[in-house]
Amino acid sequence: MTAGTVAVQPSIAARLTGSRVGRRRTVVDRSMRTVAMLAAFLCAAPLAAVLFYVAANGIGALNLDLITKAPRALGIGGGAANAVVGTLQMVPLAAAIAVPLGVLGAVYIAEFAGRRSARIIRFCADVLVGVPSILIGIFVFTFLVLPFKQFNGFAGAVALAVIMTPVVMRTTEESLHLVPNALREASLALGVPVWRTVLSVVLRTGLPGILTGTMLGVARAMGETAPLLFTALGSRVVNVGDFGRPMDSLPLFIYVNARQPVDALNQQAWGAAFLLLLVVLIINVAVRARSWGRRIG
Amino acid sequence: MNLETAVRGPDEAIEAPPERPVTYAPPAPVPTVRPAAATAGATGGEIVIENLDVYYGAFRAVHGVNLTIPPRAVTAIIGPSGCGKSTFLRTMNRMHELTPGARVEGSVALDGIDIYRSDVDPVQLRRVVGMVFQRPNPFPTMSIYDNVASGLRLTGRHRRSELDEIVERSLRRSALWDEVKDKLKQPGTSLSGGQQQRLCIARALSVDPEVILMDEPASALDPIATLRVEELIAELRRQYTIVIVTHNMQQASRVSDRTAFFTMGEERAGYLVEADDTVKIFTNPREQLTEDYISGRFG
Repeated sequence: MTAGTVAVQPSIAARLTGSRVGRRRTVVDRSMRTVAMLAAFLCAAPLAAVLFYVAANGIGALNLDLITKAPRALGIGGGAANAVVGTLQMVPLAAAIAVPLGVLGAVYIAEFAGRRSARIIRFCADVLVGVPSILIGIFVFTFLVLPFKQFNGFAGAVALAVIMTPVVMRTTEESLHLVPNALREASLALGVPVWRTVLSVVLRTGLPGILTGTMLGVARAMGETAPLLFTALGSRVVNVGDFGRPMDSLPLFIYVNARQPVDALNQQAWGAAFLLLLVVLIINVAVRARSWGRRIG
Repeated sequence: MNLETAVRGPDEAIEAPPERPVTYAPPAPVPTVRPAAATAGATGGEIVIENLDVYYGAFRAVHGVNLTIPPRAVTAIIGPSGCGKSTFLRTMNRMHELTPGARVEGSVALDGIDIYRSDVDPVQLRRVVGMVFQRPNPFPTMSIYDNVASGLRLTGRHRRSELDEIVERSLRRSALWDEVKDKLKQPGTSLSGGQQQRLCIARALSVDPEVILMDEPASALDPIATLRVEELIAELRRQYTIVIVTHNMQQASRVSDRTAFFTMGEERAGYLVEADDTVKIFTNPREQLTEDYISGRFG
């Protein structure tokens, strides 16, 4: 390099402060951050809006009559007892089917299955979670409604169970994976049989996670409408215990009453919506608050 | 006849090391003598390993081990990382079988019975050959009491009346009783690391094993907790056959009667270089490799 070609270097101070690019970058940075922040708020906004809207409209319509009284056979008035009773029967029955199935399935893929079969089952469960719920309704319709020529509560519970099972299974599986291997080894090294280790150590340690999955599944099933349209159908009668006949549920009640050209019935729908929202919200908040406090679960 | 031979019986007496490199105050008389050990003739727990190869799939992790582990004494297994010490230890209660693809060739005989015979149930075997792990692993959902009782409860062999007694005896033997007797209902995980490890030892003792395998039981502990665990091993050594894997050569020299030195050979397969009285290994080993290792020239 010859002396003649050496460019004059700007001073260090000029190099540190004189950049137009740097100033422009700051401006772009600020504006993009703001946009991203707004987007984040917009993501959470629907929850707030729904809460506010349903509460504002439903709080006046939610009263004891809504929960305890059946709809009048003729005309308007009465309550949503048919829906409350139906939900209280179909959801527990669905849970009674889905929880043992989901937990056992999770035990299999987390503890016993080979890597490939575990991956296949896990994949199927994930796809099942994403299947439009009305398809599940139609599927159950073909083998639990059509043969009997009768919409029935049992078919409704089965449809809800199909929706709950993968939720329970995947959450349970995740929580079993969080159980340290050291605990399995500790148990087996004591001469505890494998089945007892799974039951008393692995499932016991993962229990908070299993409860979380169960409650999330219950909350999900409680709010489902579409799978019940083809199965439980809905009913204006308070049906206690007769799973062979149509049953109502809170979402079905909302769906039916909201479409009536009668203000009093619309009000009942708002009240039922508020009730459903409260229950689902309480379950969700309770479950998540529990898991905030713990590592496992 | 000295105390050593009186306890062990003359026929399989092992020469007590004339002097241990580091001596503790002699263990105080154990307050709760193990019933089985107190009765005459309770001298079982010898392990004879012959031509043992251990494989993980196609990989041979341990090769050609011939070793006799004397009963009612502490045998230390030392050697550099990756030489198959832990793998070897786990073949003695068949815990290595939990790793898919693991298998052994050769024989491991406990009191003359090959534990790999088809009629030996690994679940029963592990009740006789207990294990303590590197990291304390108490059951987090259980109290201190329940942790110790778990071995009995989960194996379905308890009478309620016995349980209290066994839990207390196990905790006394693991030198933890005085520290926890007033908080037995608290979670096992509320204890310090060193206490948790002694809790795990109590849990292992509760099912009345003959042999206790320890896989670097103090390596996750601070020096004071380590000292307590070593003292505990010294107290247990007359009543159980103890095999301890350790990275720490000073620890091996402090706690063990016999020492087996492993290292890595061809194709990364671990093998036994030599086994002898601990004093001999640390003062006058037969093999140059052993001397190089204990003097810190490799490993």
